[in-house]
Amino acid sequence: MEWFNQNLPYFLAGISVGGQYALIAIGYTMVYGILRLINFAHGDIFMVAGLIMVYLSASLPIYISIPIMIVATVIIGFLIERVAYKPLRQAPRMSIMISAIGVSYLLQNLALYITGGLAQQYPAIPWISDTIEIFGSVTKRVTVITPILTIVLVFALVFLIKKTKIGMAMRAASKDFETSQLMGIKINSVISMTFIIGSFLAAVASLLYFSNYTGVVPTSGAMPGLKAFVAAVFGGIGSIPGAVIGAFIIGICENIIKGMGMTTFSDAFTFALLIVILIAKPTGLFGEKVTDKV
Amino acid sequence: MKKKIVSVMMTAVVAAATVFSAAVPAFAADTVKIGVYEPASGDNGAGGKQETLGIQYANSETPTVEIDGKEYNVELDIVDNESSTDKGPSAASTLVSDGVSIVLGSYGSGVSIAASDIFKDGGVPALGVTCTNPQVTQGNTHYFRICFLDPFQGTVLANFAKDKFEAKKAYVLTKLGDDYSAGLGHYFTKAFEDLGGEVVEETFPDGNSDFTSYITSAKNAGADVFFAPTSTEAAALIIEQAAAQGLDLPLLAGDTWDSNVILKAAEGKDVQVYVTTFYQEGGNEDFDNGMKEFINSDSKNLANNGGDDTIAAVSAMGYDAYYVALEALKAAGSADPAKVNEALWDVTYEGVCGNVQFDSENGDAQRDTAYVKTANTETGAWDFVGEQGVE
Repeated sequence: MEWFNQNLPYFLAGISVGGQYALIAIGYTMVYGILRLINFAHGDIFMVAGLIMVYLSASLPIYISIPIMIVATVIIGFLIERVAYKPLRQAPRMSIMISAIGVSYLLQNLALYITGGLAQQYPAIPWISDTIEIFGSVTKRVTVITPILTIVLVFALVFLIKKTKIGMAMRAASKDFETSQLMGIKINSVISMTFIIGSFLAAVASLLYFSNYTGVVPTSGAMPGLKAFVAAVFGGIGSIPGAVIGAFIIGICENIIKGMGMTTFSDAFTFALLIVILIAKPTGLFGEKVTDKV
Repeated sequence: MKKKIVSVMMTAVVAAATVFSAAVPAFAADTVKIGVYEPASGDNGAGGKQETLGIQYANSETPTVEIDGKEYNVELDIVDNESSTDKGPSAASTLVSDGVSIVLGSYGSGVSIAASDIFKDGGVPALGVTCTNPQVTQGNTHYFRICFLDPFQGTVLANFAKDKFEAKKAYVLTKLGDDYSAGLGHYFTKAFEDLGGEVVEETFPDGNSDFTSYITSAKNAGADVFFAPTSTEAAALIIEQAAAQGLDLPLLAGDTWDSNVILKAAEGKDVQVYVTTFYQEGGNEDFDNGMKEFINSDSKNLANNGGDDTIAAVSAMGYDAYYVALEALKAAGSADPAKVNEALWDVTYEGVCGNVQFDSENGDAQRDTAYVKTANTETGAWDFVGEQGVE
């Protein structure tokens, strides 16, 4: 029992951070599924969502700031796609990837300019930031909410993709980009929708993440973004359930490693895992095997 | 096409020439430049800005210096080293090529060590304001410093933990790859073990913001104090998460935590925070009032100080450093960096943070007491605990 009490906090931290990685990872994996693009700016959208919340909550009540923050983040995600990726649709894939890296640095430096490089304190959100006690370990309520909310959102997303018209269009576009265009699918609106969903989830993730780890800096998005990317690759990039499971595994393992006293290696583990996965099973846990048609 | 490029280049050259010719007379006036090598962004941005504020206040108070019977205007040349050991050196080169007579800074030992060779090669002396790691001045003759050192600070903190909390076990959390954090952690550990205590040591990587597991580990280890010599950015997260998890250990830290970032993070929360520092507000009334006025006189200064007029110890140190630099310029009787370097060894100055006098080996100021203060979580201000020396 004592063992349980001592180790429960690590596990709780693990599933909580895993859920947050999962929400970001979905954004990576969906965009990759359709555009074959690794959207490096995704982690920074997550950071920008955090900053927007900081500035909004300074003048508006929390319950108004949250919806505005989510809408603003979605608009930014949408605009980035329109401005930085859409004009490059016919260009080689490498160009669009470099454009993504450019957007990432642009967002980071804009944030640096606006905040002056200092950490911004994230507002305490009533109810979800409250401290609660579970089986003798004290934590914030958001720790418990995160995995539940993540799973609910994932089910909603899977429903959207499997049962709705836009979902069908997304699946078609990810199977074969050119042919789906020929079949009358408005590819631009499908891609915009993907970015909108991805940004929405990043906004929710930022709300959960920064409620737990208050303090937003221009590079706040880099590490979670990178780990979510590893999670997406681990689960098989392009696969949504894969990204979610990968994120939970990474979150939990990371915290168990910290709990074992090997704190120095917690990050090294994540990236070593990426290398091992790429060598042993390049398509990840749930990735589809790609056969190149010549 | 080629013609076009040539014409563009020509225009650029002409434009550059006009700018330079316009700028030269301004430099030719009697101006002596003091370089300010401080972080304005990154991990240590908040502290660096406060240190710079102290220097700027001193400059606004005494904007001229008399060198060899001639009045010079003192111009501050401020660069941002971004708290980064790989970006710092290029900021340092800017100062050297700008022809500064002496450099003040930096907040953060890592960046100071990284820029040391640049200053050495450029023949410019540097005066560390609050970089406490011994390596900054060790084995060189151009880097001086006016603050106490980490072996001293670490020992003071270990003594404090023993005296005040009767601590037998300490949990030490440092940042990987951070010279200041690792150094202070090491000296604390050594001193604490010499006092008969036990230490559990852990590290966290750059970019980490999840400290819940570390706090759990500290609890599980049965530690009596939690020592975290980290940047203020990590500190705010540690305090927040320690409070959320109901960690009832005192949090101990070094001079870096003496910042209103910490006060804001601790306000209204159930945490105990103790720090060692260079200066306690109220130590010198004239300086306190003047500094507050300076901060409040400009909204930009207020923002750089973190939004209120609490005086950070690093601002007081920056203030002293500026005057030490002026003393060195006067003693050298010249704005030539090499002469200033030579003169620095014998400079003495009675500042708001105490007497500054350099030892003849490394150019470190001789200091033997540190102030300990604690964050009052109700008022959001620092409460003075006492002076702590080494047994």
